[in-house]
Amino acid sequence: MSVHKTHPVMLRTTVQPARAWRLGRLLRTSVIYAALIVLAIMFMIPLFWMISTSLKARFEVFAYPPEIIPSNIQWGNFREIFTRVPLGRYMLNTLLLVVANIVGQLFSVPLVAYAFARLRFPGRETIFFIVIATMMVPGQVTLIPLYTLYRSLGLVDTYWPLILPSFFGNPFFIFLMRQYIKTIPRDLDDAARIDGAGTWSILYRIILPLCIPPLTIIMVYQFLWTWNDFLEPLIYISDTSMYTLQLGLSMFRGRFTVEWHLLMAAALVSVLPQLIIYFFAQRRLIGGIASVGLKG
Amino acid sequence: MALQSWRTMSRRDRREAFEGYLGILPWLIGFVAFTAGPLLVSLALSFTQWDIVRPPRWVGLANYVRMFTDDQLFRTSLRVTFSYVLLSVPLQLIVGLALALLLNANVRGMNVFRTIFYLPAVLSGVAVALMWIWILHPDLGVANGILSVFGIKGPGWFWDQRWALPSVVLMRLWAVGGGAVIYLAGLQNIPPHLYEAASIDGASSWRKFWSITLPLLTPTLFFQLITIMIDAFRVFTEAYVITKGGPLNATYFYMLYLYEEAFQNFNMGYAAALGWVLTIITAAAALVLFRTSNRWVFYEDSEERPV
Repeated sequence: MSVHKTHPVMLRTTVQPARAWRLGRLLRTSVIYAALIVLAIMFMIPLFWMISTSLKARFEVFAYPPEIIPSNIQWGNFREIFTRVPLGRYMLNTLLLVVANIVGQLFSVPLVAYAFARLRFPGRETIFFIVIATMMVPGQVTLIPLYTLYRSLGLVDTYWPLILPSFFGNPFFIFLMRQYIKTIPRDLDDAARIDGAGTWSILYRIILPLCIPPLTIIMVYQFLWTWNDFLEPLIYISDTSMYTLQLGLSMFRGRFTVEWHLLMAAALVSVLPQLIIYFFAQRRLIGGIASVGLKG
Repeated sequence: MALQSWRTMSRRDRREAFEGYLGILPWLIGFVAFTAGPLLVSLALSFTQWDIVRPPRWVGLANYVRMFTDDQLFRTSLRVTFSYVLLSVPLQLIVGLALALLLNANVRGMNVFRTIFYLPAVLSGVAVALMWIWILHPDLGVANGILSVFGIKGPGWFWDQRWALPSVVLMRLWAVGGGAVIYLAGLQNIPPHLYEAASIDGASSWRKFWSITLPLLTPTLFFQLITIMIDAFRVFTEAYVITKGGPLNATYFYMLYLYEEAFQNFNMGYAAALGWVLTIITAAAALVLFRTSNRWVFYEDSEERPV
């Protein structure tokens, strides 16, 4: 930022204070940048170190002092993890769960949110309050009854326990979607109704096409949650061919205790899809979570 | 509307109400099947002894009595979890706020920085845990490597009884950008004219922070406090993957204990009781916060609007 740039808000009459003010501003900006850059480096070191280690040869990992950027990059590490452990399989399993969960939420959330946002029925506000309250119900207390339920239905070691709940709508998503639908002018509904559209065709023809931002947030969040979920797959899945990525990684840990280059390669592979999705969706994600956080 | 009886409703209203119930039906079924039902079942189970093979045996309050009188592991896990909550929640609140204040500065290229700081918040799970084991490795980790450049001998982190819990705090702090983004939205909702008015009155930046920013941010702070706290009571993956509760039970988190009781020792009844106790603790803590909130949370609507 140039010091000589004239600033429109600078309407000071005397020269001295103006110069001091400019200098102060410059100083302030530099301090802010310095803090941001130092912190950004600190925040990125863990990821950078993971990437760096994943590209090293085994003996280089233990070299002292360590090489920050590996001199001969070992792409072979990635081939090795995919051949020694069915990492590709785990990824496909996880992807299947992600898709199924997203389908479930996309089926249930718009219906429920639309009913709360637009349709009038006795008890609506009370029921909506219960929806909000269920966001606070901690998973630990329902974990055991649900496990015994699925067990008695013979659904342990299937994906059903990990998919089924999404078809009944996540309360956080319902809340998010309802808030968004409420911002859409009701005139649109009324016009469609005059043209003879029924309640559900208004939802699917008029409202949903306008709901791309919240639907994107829902899909991205569901992706991240399912991708990261560990406790539930741990409880329900014991067949190793059905392992999710997180379970596979956890097993990895036990098997390759000192092969840090392979562990980091596997960890990197498993966060890569998240990184990619994040860079595409971050604008919407940051804005979306922030608006929900406030209007609670 | 809520009190209007079905009878007095017009045919159209009745139809709309019917469609409304139809719309929320998926949630309603899910609520009964996945939340309300299991809550009751788990309460009932907590009064039984059950190894999942033989039928449950009613034991009354025995599980709860044992928990509070004769269970060293319960006390340990409770102490670990409370220490974590007391250490981690204030840190996350303060660091998150500080980061948000920095990210709210009006300088160019801020979006790049926001993207960087928010990134760790979307990554979690086992991969991140593995990454931190490696970062904080006592001999080969980059953290101790950097410290040694400054002539500091780094601690044993996850491998040291005293440092294991702070290590978990540290790795959770890495994701603090998630909270910072929420503060940021709160900060940007503060009307700029308040700052302008304060400037005209000659208020210092420090004064503006204490008299404008902080009071108007209290609703966001409160929201953050509740969500961070609930989350802090539920730490599991880190404990399971990284330390298995060790060393010497230093990171034996409550959820790890519950998991081991339920799915390794198959004490389902006892684990259900553990789940209820944690829920009651969390709810009580949240209730205390809600109750005291009217003393420090400033809602703009409840006061005369500042002109």
